[in-house]
Amino acid sequence: MVKTLAAQIKEFKKASIITPLSMIGEVICEMIIPILMGRMVDYGIGRGDMSYIVRTGLIMLAVALGGLFFGVMGAVFGAMASTGFARNLRKAMFDNIQTYSFANIDKFSTSSLVTRLTTDVTNIQNAFQMILRMGLRAPVTMIVAMAMSFSLSPRLASIYLIAVFILAICMFFIMSRATRYFQQVFRRYDDLNESVQENVNAIRVVKAYVREDYEISRFDKAAANIYLMFSKAELNMAIVAPLMQTVVYTCILLISWFGAHMIVGGTLATGELMSLLTYCMNILMSLMMVSMIFVMITMSQASAKRIAEVINEESSLKNPENPVMSVPDGSIQFKDVYFSYTPGSGDPVLKDINLDIHAGESIGIIGGTGSAKSSLVSLISRLYDVTEGSVLVGGRDVRDYDMEVLRNEVSVVLQQNVLFSGTIMDNLRWGDPNATEEDCMRVCRMACADEFIEKMPDGYNTWIEQGGSNVSGGQKQRLCIARALLKKPKILILDDSTSAVDTATDAKIRKAFREEIPNTTKLIIAQRISSVKDCDRIIVMEDGRVDGFGTHDELLETNGIYREVYESQVGAGANADFDRPE
Amino acid sequence: MAEERVREVRMGRRGQMRGGPRPKVENPGLLLKRILGYVFKYYGVQMIIVLICIVLSVVANVQGTMFTRTLIDDYITPMIGQADPDYGPLLHAMGRVAIFYGIGILAGYTQQRLMVQVNQGTLKRMREDLFDHMETLPIKYFDTHARGDIMSIYTNDIDTLRQMISQSVPQLFNSAITIVSVLSMMLVLSIPLTILTLCMVALMLFVTAQVSKHSGRNFVAQQRNLGKMNGYIEETVNGEKVVKVFCHEEQAIKDFDELNEQLYQSAFKANSFANIIGPVNQQMGNANYVIVALVGSILALNNFAGFTVGALASFLTLNRSFSMPINQVSMQFNSIIMALAGAERIFNLLDEQPETDEGYVMLVNCYYDENGNVVETDKHTGQWAWKHFHKQSDQSVTYQKLEGDITFEDVDFGYTDDKMVLHDINLHANPGEKVALVGSTGAGKTTITNLINRFYDIQDGKIRYDNINVNKIKKADLRRSLGIVLQDTHLFTGTVKENIRYGKLDATDEEVIEAAKLANADSFIRRLPEGYDTKITGDGTNLSQGQRQLLAIARAAIANPPALILDEATSSIDTRTEKLVQEGMDKLMHGRTTFVIAHRLSTIRDSSQILVMEQGRIVERGTHEELLAQKGRYYQLYTGKNDALTA
Repeated sequence: MVKTLAAQIKEFKKASIITPLSMIGEVICEMIIPILMGRMVDYGIGRGDMSYIVRTGLIMLAVALGGLFFGVMGAVFGAMASTGFARNLRKAMFDNIQTYSFANIDKFSTSSLVTRLTTDVTNIQNAFQMILRMGLRAPVTMIVAMAMSFSLSPRLASIYLIAVFILAICMFFIMSRATRYFQQVFRRYDDLNESVQENVNAIRVVKAYVREDYEISRFDKAAANIYLMFSKAELNMAIVAPLMQTVVYTCILLISWFGAHMIVGGTLATGELMSLLTYCMNILMSLMMVSMIFVMITMSQASAKRIAEVINEESSLKNPENPVMSVPDGSIQFKDVYFSYTPGSGDPVLKDINLDIHAGESIGIIGGTGSAKSSLVSLISRLYDVTEGSVLVGGRDVRDYDMEVLRNEVSVVLQQNVLFSGTIMDNLRWGDPNATEEDCMRVCRMACADEFIEKMPDGYNTWIEQGGSNVSGGQKQRLCIARALLKKPKILILDDSTSAVDTATDAKIRKAFREEIPNTTKLIIAQRISSVKDCDRIIVMEDGRVDGFGTHDELLETNGIYREVYESQVGAGANADFDRPE
Repeated sequence: MAEERVREVRMGRRGQMRGGPRPKVENPGLLLKRILGYVFKYYGVQMIIVLICIVLSVVANVQGTMFTRTLIDDYITPMIGQADPDYGPLLHAMGRVAIFYGIGILAGYTQQRLMVQVNQGTLKRMREDLFDHMETLPIKYFDTHARGDIMSIYTNDIDTLRQMISQSVPQLFNSAITIVSVLSMMLVLSIPLTILTLCMVALMLFVTAQVSKHSGRNFVAQQRNLGKMNGYIEETVNGEKVVKVFCHEEQAIKDFDELNEQLYQSAFKANSFANIIGPVNQQMGNANYVIVALVGSILALNNFAGFTVGALASFLTLNRSFSMPINQVSMQFNSIIMALAGAERIFNLLDEQPETDEGYVMLVNCYYDENGNVVETDKHTGQWAWKHFHKQSDQSVTYQKLEGDITFEDVDFGYTDDKMVLHDINLHANPGEKVALVGSTGAGKTTITNLINRFYDIQDGKIRYDNINVNKIKKADLRRSLGIVLQDTHLFTGTVKENIRYGKLDATDEEVIEAAKLANADSFIRRLPEGYDTKITGDGTNLSQGQRQLLAIARAAIANPPALILDEATSSIDTRTEKLVQEGMDKLMHGRTTFVIAHRLSTIRDSSQILVMEQGRIVERGTHEELLAQKGRYYQLYTGKNDALTA
């Protein structure tokens, strides 16, 4: 975990080294100044030696200037190292998320990824800065003070050693318990965030069912859980400071007692006792610092783990070693394919699929809700890997291709489609960043999106809100189709992508496909028979199996399910659609 | 060019909605007062004890420091050279100090424990208040505020507040007490030197303020950039599958890098300036010491106003203890500014106007006695009545049977006053009728349904429910009387069973299964890994759209409401399944007034009346047959002759 994170320091190594070194410089200056102050009082003021006062004062100012220099160095480089480290962490996470497969994405929720990229990184940033600026400074102070104490009186100094030892053991136990609590706190945080997010998203449902009180009680439970765990963790930590004080005060009393005896016995000077007590304070302060660093580390450990999880998550799909860089044609074969989202558990989603689709064919896919139509097509562009058997595109196993090459040739319009904030043009160019305006307009014509785009006040420069919330469902679908077309793929897959488009427009789009991209293999998942009727062949899916595969007329004769679906939709007004855009 | 302009307009609007990123917190004093008010309101006693504890630990600490000074002078030195030294007085003194130490430790521990309670308790209450209040806000609030912004209040803003209450507040008290006590001691020793020290401290504070201004500005920029990045991550990760399908990863990384770099720059600057304050103040403290020493020496050597060398030595010690707490306070400066900025957003949400409800007519379950009179009951009888409480006149209560008669009279509506989206809407749904709304997206179908349950209030006209103006009905009761299935089905984290039960919290398992069967969801639920106990995660992403809609229908069915609104409730369900669902739906709709929005003929064909909407107006109305006979817009849609249309 530490290794994963530390690997991201990268170009900030220098800053990460300069910072603690500067802090040591500052510590040295800091240790000199009290000595100078003491001298100024003892020799200068005590003796009324004005020139000594001025001299020492000037030296002090010089040392203070040095301290300022080191301090500022430490401040700036510390900030640079920690914020830079945070930047690299975010980048490493985001970059890795981009390599995730669909299976990986399914594993993490969006809100959890957002928290990891923001809150968790901020925690690490703060902890890292603390470690850099205090991590070396505190132990150095402690060691110096300890060494000085030993040089004065090994017997008395050994009291410090014992005290530090006892403290270390206590701290270890407290910290390990606190770590556990803090980890739970973070999990509870996720619950709470989820509760808020759900309510913000589904407020209409909450209000429609008048479930405000119910939701409040649910939220209160989550809030109470956080309160409980956080209190536990912090109460646990609340012992630290008093414990430290107890140890230090005990030390002072013991040193005073034994020191008094030694002074009276003539083995210790009074000045030395004073110094020993001063060092005691120094040791205390630095121990406090160390424990604070521990707290920081403890609190950030959970964050570090969550970040490392994202960075270390390996994509479940790997590019082959010598990938095939071109797809010869748009033919598709399924050979004895079994597929399960979580292999080894439960019934496979797809069972015993064998299909042979020629390049340029148009294939309709029809089947009930949950009959695994989407799962079937998701294997073609290798969004998931088969559990058993193989899927071939252009005569080669999809796992042999370079993934980007494959996905550029197999264009999928997903069922749950997303537009991104940006202009319509920006969104279209996802398909091809170099597309000219004419290209974009051409695909929009094919997808019948041109009519409504041109009616918009800013035309192709109309701003699309996040998630495409300012265009209608049918408009969104047509934009998504246009976007997919811009890729000029060998295989085009439409996963229920015209469900919100009226039948006439739907037919127009299919006509455009037939005429303008005849050589592209087209797979069309639909609920409307009219959408697939004129396809070359139609696949009927039922319960993860292919129930029938043939032309419309063949299926009407031989396939019971198809006939049933057909009959449910046929008749007068079968083409009627009341969500027609004007 | 145009792109930039649109972006600007958009940013501007969002900025306005959130009050915009401010370079400064508007009224820090007031905010601080409100926060402390919050803390003291619930934890006043604890806070007072905490204050006492802080005083005790400061006193104990001072006693401890003084002890080391007197130890040698008063106890050890006299014993030196004695043949038979008496350690009794020393032991006695040490015992006394030990007691002080003990008090200090106890006070410290008590303070720490209490602060945990105060801090966590306050945050808990604040979270609860936030959520409670959020639940009362009108739909408009959610429609006009970015989700990420609302979320960030619960996470980032509360968190900065946690740090402030747990660290800065006690630190401030502690420092304040130390400063006051040290200052008074300094004044006793030398007024001129105290003035000098104060001048130096003022300079220190001035410099701190200057540096803080820089870091504060950058902290605000950092939060803004963080918000921007938050939004970008949310959008990209949500659409990650699309990113993959389009091999858009590199572009996404490029865009992200840009935002990441901006965040880094502002965070770097903010942290640098914040870090600098510490060493700058410390060294200024040292300079302060030197200057006071010099001036003090001159005074002492000239014996100015009886100022002695010994007094100067003491004063210098005090001078050091004076700048330390000031240093600490100035170190807290930034975290306080950050916390106040967060607190401002928290209070902004708390200050949002909640949904108003001036309604007094209530909806109650009822049954009829032998005389046919309405009798109120707590049981789910499936029969409903409006309960009028005549406050003005004679305090009497009358009941009126719920019929389900809904009328719109000349209704005009706009989301903002300057842009109407519905014009002159008149409709009359008789009890038990099925009213279908058809028309293109944006014609105002969903808007109409939003008005019936008063998610939004109309500008002009009247909406009546059983001849009662809906404004007079208690909102909760009004909404309870209308079952609603929305196009975007939102499910909640929990099991399938819990999600269906959302419609009726005290439903038995049998009722849940019955409702699922009615919605034809039973069969697919049984095939899920754990049946009705399968966990639904992240808004039901492990279910298909169609399955989610079936669950939403089951949820509405179990609520058994007297009237229904189905907004594209079956749009993602395949036609074969829909046919099966339809039976259940017919059963569900039987005898209830139902508003149906759909684009499938099968869903609307048998409606009692079909309203064809266009651009916020009802352009045609009638039954299927009547409308076909009219050969108007509906006929054109029905026959699918798009070409025949003239826009």
